[in-house]
Amino acid sequence: MILSQASSPHAKGRMNVSQVMFTVSAATLPGLACLIWFFGWGYLFNVLTAIIFALITETLVMIIRKRPILFYLKDGSAFLTALLLGLALPPFAPWWIAAVGSVFSILFVKHLYGGLGNNPFNPAMAGYALLLISFPVQMTTAWGAPSVMPGHSLPGFFETLQMYLGFAEVVDGYTMATPLDVYKLNIAVQTQAELAMKSEFLAGWLPGWLWVSIAYAIGGVFLIWRGIITWHTPVAVLASLLIMSGLFSWDADIRVPVYLHMLGGATMIGAFFIATDPVSSATSNRGKLIYGAGIGVLTYVIRTFGNYPDAIAFAVLLMNFCAPLIDHYSRPKIYGHEKSVRGYKKEDKA
Amino acid sequence: MTTVIIAIAVLFVLALAFGALLGFADIRFKPEGNPIVDQIDGILPQTQCGQCGHPGCRPYAEAIANGTDPINQCPPGGESTIQALADLLDVEPLPLAAEHGVEKPTSVAVIREDECIGCTKCIQACPIDAILGAAKQMHTVIESECTGCDLCVEPCPVDCIDMVPVEDTLQTWHWEKPNDGYQLIATDKGRITAESVNDSKTEKDSDEGDKAA
Amino acid sequence: MTAQTIKIWDFDGGVHPEENKHQSTGQPIAVANSPEFVVVPLNQHLGSPAKPIVKVGDKVKTGQVIAQADGFVSAPTHASITGIVTEIAEYQVPHASGLTSLCIKIENQGEDEWELLPALDLNSSDEALINRIKEAGLAGLGGAGFPTNIKYLTKDTIETLIINGAECEPYITADDMLMRERAKQVIDGTRIAQKILNAKEVLIGIEDNKPEAIAAIQKAVADSGEQTISVRVIPTKYPSGGEKQLIQILTGKQVPAGGLPSSLGIVCQNVGTVAAVAEAVLEGKPLVSRVVTLTGEALGTQCNLDVRLGTPISNLLQQVKVNQKKLDRLIMGGPMMGFTLPDANLPVIKTTNCILAPTKKELPPGNLFNACIRCGICEQVCPADLLPQQLYWYSKSKNWEQLELNSLSDCIECGACAYVCPSQIPLVQYYRFAKGEIRKEQAEHEKSDNARIRFEARQERLAQEAAEKEAKRKARAEAAAKAKAAKSGAEGSAKPEISDSVKEAIARAKAKKAVTDSASTSNAPALTKEQLEAKWQNAVAKAEKAEARLNDAKENDDPMAVALEKSLAKLKEKALLAKEQLDNFQEPPDKAEPAKVVLTKEQLEAKLKAAQAKLEKTQAKFVEANENNDPMAEALEKSLAKLREKVEAAKAQLDSFNESDSKETQS
Repeated sequence: MILSQASSPHAKGRMNVSQVMFTVSAATLPGLACLIWFFGWGYLFNVLTAIIFALITETLVMIIRKRPILFYLKDGSAFLTALLLGLALPPFAPWWIAAVGSVFSILFVKHLYGGLGNNPFNPAMAGYALLLISFPVQMTTAWGAPSVMPGHSLPGFFETLQMYLGFAEVVDGYTMATPLDVYKLNIAVQTQAELAMKSEFLAGWLPGWLWVSIAYAIGGVFLIWRGIITWHTPVAVLASLLIMSGLFSWDADIRVPVYLHMLGGATMIGAFFIATDPVSSATSNRGKLIYGAGIGVLTYVIRTFGNYPDAIAFAVLLMNFCAPLIDHYSRPKIYGHEKSVRGYKKEDKA
Repeated sequence: MTTVIIAIAVLFVLALAFGALLGFADIRFKPEGNPIVDQIDGILPQTQCGQCGHPGCRPYAEAIANGTDPINQCPPGGESTIQALADLLDVEPLPLAAEHGVEKPTSVAVIREDECIGCTKCIQACPIDAILGAAKQMHTVIESECTGCDLCVEPCPVDCIDMVPVEDTLQTWHWEKPNDGYQLIATDKGRITAESVNDSKTEKDSDEGDKAA
Repeated sequence: MTAQTIKIWDFDGGVHPEENKHQSTGQPIAVANSPEFVVVPLNQHLGSPAKPIVKVGDKVKTGQVIAQADGFVSAPTHASITGIVTEIAEYQVPHASGLTSLCIKIENQGEDEWELLPALDLNSSDEALINRIKEAGLAGLGGAGFPTNIKYLTKDTIETLIINGAECEPYITADDMLMRERAKQVIDGTRIAQKILNAKEVLIGIEDNKPEAIAAIQKAVADSGEQTISVRVIPTKYPSGGEKQLIQILTGKQVPAGGLPSSLGIVCQNVGTVAAVAEAVLEGKPLVSRVVTLTGEALGTQCNLDVRLGTPISNLLQQVKVNQKKLDRLIMGGPMMGFTLPDANLPVIKTTNCILAPTKKELPPGNLFNACIRCGICEQVCPADLLPQQLYWYSKSKNWEQLELNSLSDCIECGACAYVCPSQIPLVQYYRFAKGEIRKEQAEHEKSDNARIRFEARQERLAQEAAEKEAKRKARAEAAAKAKAAKSGAEGSAKPEISDSVKEAIARAKAKKAVTDSASTSNAPALTKEQLEAKWQNAVAKAEKAEARLNDAKENDDPMAVALEKSLAKLKEKALLAKEQLDNFQEPPDKAEPAKVVLTKEQLEAKLKAAQAKLEKTQAKFVEANENNDPMAEALEKSLAKLREKVEAAKAQLDSFNESDSKETQS
């Protein structure tokens, strides 16, 4: 009789890595659906393109690294990275934007650092940042005008596909900048009231982004309920952004108002899906609070003083830099200790 | 002319001021605690075996501190000692230098007592006085003190000293590090495939099975 | 109990694995079949192993002490069946390492005769009770196996006694069934423990998934009429039965890191242990059996058995009809903290609460694991509030310093982190590895510090010796110079004198040499054949070595070659000589009786006197040692006996001398 030997515990919970990854992916679906409904099929194409190129890249890397391909594709991490990147791209950008971003994310940000679990930066956001810096025109102007805007309609599936693949010119009327961008540019010359009168704000963007935000928030709450993410990061991100914008943007005639900060752009997907990426974020609950708050503050600062349409990506990347430091100084209080050991112990370093 | 004098004077005063500052700093911020040699010596395994080419651990520690010897000449300490030294001195860890020997499992010297002729040669060779005995009397090794340095083996005229590897007991045994599986990074390409991992795993399993049987 | 809501606290983290307890609670506790033999390990407890006091061939009764506690943290071991000791040897023991340890094997003789200790009761003195608990070989039956009597010897004032009936591990029901069926015994034991510790209150913590046990214990408490004992029902959550966790649940206090519960005025005991306390005190029964849960889907019936310690597990498996085909592994303990057994023939020991025989489907074996994705779920379930994934990364990279900063030592190895890990990383194994390595490194460090001290002491000693020698040499040289000066002062007749003395010295030296030579030659045949053989082999080996060296030297044109050649020739000669001696060897005739040394009467008398004086001295010492309970007493006793013999011998000699003397005078 041969008895197998192993260290305890012998019982294992039911969740495995692919389940985690695909649950997160599933949680983004309401958001994706809303995006498609309000801003067109372009989001779907972006997501699909990104996923296809991510999986191809992952496979090639596995071949080069002589690893079992299926074992790694199955874990779903490349899938999720590409999905999040696709969701962050403007819907009327050409296909190669998603392709370049996806390959860069997987190859340079993930595998060159050692693959899953070893990347110091959020791959999707690093890919996004690369695209934003390299292709500013496509990344700032190819955002969609909302379908609910009066006197406006979205292109159909095949029309969008043709534009996406470059067989047809992108019609100007379909695209515009993001609301954050528009508001920031125009508030210098217009008043809040004048801006709000614009059809795209009241009737278009506001309901569109509101629904997208709600959809993402629902997905995020689902993840918290499933125990895959904790409340700390999203709450910290949203609270700090709320506080910052409430404190410094109370005058909507000068700065982007609070509601646009909270609902416009990538705030919700950032708080629930991007900032909670476990690999590159802080570890302890306390650390996650600090990390999330940092993202919120940086997002506000970059949105207000920077030149980019959105700031979640840069805020996340900057806080990724800080994660190890935060970990070092935010260890929790351990059972039986009077207080937590933060940083080095006194006697260790003079 | 005055400008030159003023310049020299200013420089002189500056030099004086900074010199004083440095002198003060030297006294005020004198590093407390162990000088580096003691710290290095603290990491070395103290077998006093001389395999590094020095008569004992401290001379080797001094040689490392002076920068005359690299940190990879201590076979008894092995990889962990090299790593600790590298950490302490903030240098790159090196592989153990082969000309000084290889890392062996920890062992202790054991005298086959009925063959011992009582020549005291091993007693003289033991760097830490861990062998008991007198002339024409049987000798014995104090096992708990023996560092396994090997130095007593050579002088024995009747070759009655064995180096016995220290075996795990119920008190000292601990779990091995788990097989890291697929988690190696790109720099070790070609070393591990799914098959080889599986092979080694099944091999190990069957080994253990054999033991059980 | 009153209906008032009693406050209980919660601990952080925890998991809810499938309980699977129903499997083994269907039947009452049965008695295991009497085994043909038992193998009783001598270190079933924490601390130093017991020392055997029986010999092979001894007949032992059930409950008889077969090994004595050795040291403070130790426990005696008792025969668990009536039979004959057939072997005292190293056997594989139930331990994750699969290593061996000293065990006593007893062959069953059929009948079950008991050797009981006198019964005590609650009115006995604390000392007697604690002593009884030690004598009965009690050790924590919950799993750690810490000798029980030591917990009672605490010097801290104990306010609260906590009885651990949580049994949070899935599958295990030994404590559950014990509480259901032997509730009175549990409460009796609890009262004894309370009396010894002088605890103001007793809290019995039971998880709410054991309603029958709770009811039984509550009834027993009510029957006892004891007001200070209360049952606390706690929510089911793993690992609520961990000592530290249970203390937090019941009192809201945390045991300080590296400290003992007694520093909070708390002592924690397992229900099984207190039941055994009751048996030992009230019935005088030492710990020779325990309740073991046999469960898992590879078994035909799942149940709890009352098993004699040392019974081979394979016996029990046979009794519950194990399905060998389905059996994938055997786990001693539960699925969360138990360890796999390498062999089914290992014995049941004091800490064996469960034998789990799962099928592959039931508890799938660990696969190759994914990379850590830092999901942090482990951190949410850690009952010690550690950061398991950080500990994992640092264990993997052997970063001991960071592990210390992250308090690896506070890990209780409960396995909650590895249970929830989506990457299925064997986290606990990593921690155990790191803990072991750290321990080893510390031991090595201590040893190397020790070695350094010894080395430095030796260097000092050598330097001192050298200095002394140098000083002596100088002194001699000075003396010689002085003598020379004196001589040169008084010249003349000194010369012949010197030559005379020199001649004399030479003659003396020659004589001496002759003596030693003859001694050595005459001694040679006195060597035994074995010695000669060894000598010959040695010589041959040495010659071979020398030859090799010579060849080497020749190749390298070493100037040593000539010298080596010479020594080789000598060695060969020696080897030949040795061979010749060996060939010519004959059993030497019986040694000539050594010339009897005839002692004078005076000498004999003096000898006798000296021996008597020594005897008296030793006796005085012995008495003193005995009074102080000195461990030397035994040794002294022995030497005393020897001395007495000597004195007798001396007296006899003297008597015979006197006789012959008187004869001589008569004649």
